[in-house]
Amino acid sequence: MEELMEILKSLHPDIDFEKEDRLVEDMILDSFDIVTLVTEINDRFDVEILAEHLIPENFNSAQAMYELIQELED
Amino acid sequence: MLFTSYGFIGFLTVLFLLYYTVFRGNQWKLLLAFSYIFYAAAHPSYLAYICFTTLTIYVAGLRIQGIGDDSKEYLASVKDSITKEDKKIYKTGVKRSQKKWLISCLIVNFGILIGVKYVFPVLLTFNANLIPLMDIIIPLGISFYTLQAAGYVIDVYRGTVPAEANLGRLALFVSFFPQLIQGPISRFGDLSATLYEKHEFNPGVFCAGIERIMWGFFKKLVIADRIGPLVAAISGDPEKYRGGYVLALLLLYTIQLYADFTGGIDIVIGIGQSLGITVRENFNRPYFSKTLKEYWRRWHITMCEWFRNYVFYPVSTSKALQSFSKFSRKTFGDRAGKRIPVYLASFIVWLLTGLWHGAGWNFIVWGLLNWFLLMMGEELEGWSDGLEEKLHWREKFAFKAFRVLRTFLLVMALNLFDCYATVGQTLGSFISIFNTGNLSVLGDGSLFELGMSPADFVLAGIGVLVMLAVSLIQRKGSLRERIARSPFAARSLVWIGLFMVILILGAYGIGYDASQFIYNRF
Repeated sequence: MEELMEILKSLHPDIDFEKEDRLVEDMILDSFDIVTLVTEINDRFDVEILAEHLIPENFNSAQAMYELIQELED
Repeated sequence: MLFTSYGFIGFLTVLFLLYYTVFRGNQWKLLLAFSYIFYAAAHPSYLAYICFTTLTIYVAGLRIQGIGDDSKEYLASVKDSITKEDKKIYKTGVKRSQKKWLISCLIVNFGILIGVKYVFPVLLTFNANLIPLMDIIIPLGISFYTLQAAGYVIDVYRGTVPAEANLGRLALFVSFFPQLIQGPISRFGDLSATLYEKHEFNPGVFCAGIERIMWGFFKKLVIADRIGPLVAAISGDPEKYRGGYVLALLLLYTIQLYADFTGGIDIVIGIGQSLGITVRENFNRPYFSKTLKEYWRRWHITMCEWFRNYVFYPVSTSKALQSFSKFSRKTFGDRAGKRIPVYLASFIVWLLTGLWHGAGWNFIVWGLLNWFLLMMGEELEGWSDGLEEKLHWREKFAFKAFRVLRTFLLVMALNLFDCYATVGQTLGSFISIFNTGNLSVLGDGSLFELGMSPADFVLAGIGVLVMLAVSLIQRKGSLRERIARSPFAARSLVWIGLFMVILILGAYGIGYDASQFIYNRF
């Protein structure tokens, strides 16, 4: 989770990712942010996030992203 | 059958009557029959295209789901004996088989779209004898229903929605007549939630739907069609009408496009509501956007979402682009290296968005200009955010108004590519605004000789003010909900008033024939 937080903070230092749980719905993260995140996550966690995983529910919070990574690692 | 024709109003009346009476138990079947009648009325040959598309996505959807279900069954039966590695290999094989069905289906359907929309017009330039066949060869709304059908089969592949086992129900999803020719481009998961349900007649909901239809007619007939002749006259003769005329065209076409397209979508959503069916909103007061990026989140929303979900995301997450991203970061450093692949994916999206609108170079240039401006916005965002913060401008009304106006001017300029046949004419006309020196035509009555009388200007102006007022009121919540909560007498007054305004002030005349919606041609 720490590593994910580091990626998120480097993308948007001004956002409190521990509290936000509507990152996509409130348009804090746009589609550009999401694909930048995907590249970072794929690289750092050695997973393969596909287009079908790019739904708001998977990116609305740091916790949701972490759960997606864990699911893909399994 | 135009939405704004008496024939269509008769068609709708018969549908409503049957829908809530004798066909109450078979409403979706009635809708399918009426959708096919509506489409066949444009030309019977179109039915062949839409039936073919429906059949291909039906078969592909079922096969993709079937392969997935079989594989789950197999994995469950061997769950104690299969290794993690073997399971992964097996799943990859399954995905590959499903992908074959998906790709074949997309190739066939986009092949037809490309054939009729891009290859056939090229053939016309070689053989003029084919021109009479144009209406038969290029089916109405093919750009819209192909995207919608492709979206369905991709969603089944992604496991977002189950494959529809009933061919008739799927046929209705593809051909649902209100949205068939100009969208919105619905996703199966959204539209199917209310499309097949049984709907009891609810006077409040029904009247709210009719109210929305009338609002659409108002925008189309009182504003868009009144402005239409002047727009056509100026854009039809780029050699003659330059400078001040083009400046007038910039503003008038932007108003016409908004009134025409959003009016058309109001009619679509209103028909849906009258039938108890929820159709997605396609606009969210787009001309109040502060940036071009925001504008594209608020204008033609369903098309933008389609390109984001089915082009931008798959391209960005593809192995090729992920590898390129690694290379890019190594070569250009972390900041630029991260952005270049995203910009590349966005370039593809805007190239395709331009091409989707039409085969001409002006649409391609329009798409790529949008891309360029959006990328410039991305690059300058950090810098401008910092400056606004430092100067404490961000929350100031004047600065917000400046940003809205700046975006509106950009959109107006980009819209000019719609008006002319070639890029040369568009650029030449745009430049002429600055070097012709005839801005006096805006005030000396010259514009009144081009199909719009002073009275037309006044009426269109009042119409625009009403539209603007409604948009401003909507900032604080839905005006229609407020009307719905008001006493019956007040509601009736609004409806009667709107009806009378359309009847009296709609752009009619002896032999008047409402013009085709602008987005029908895309």
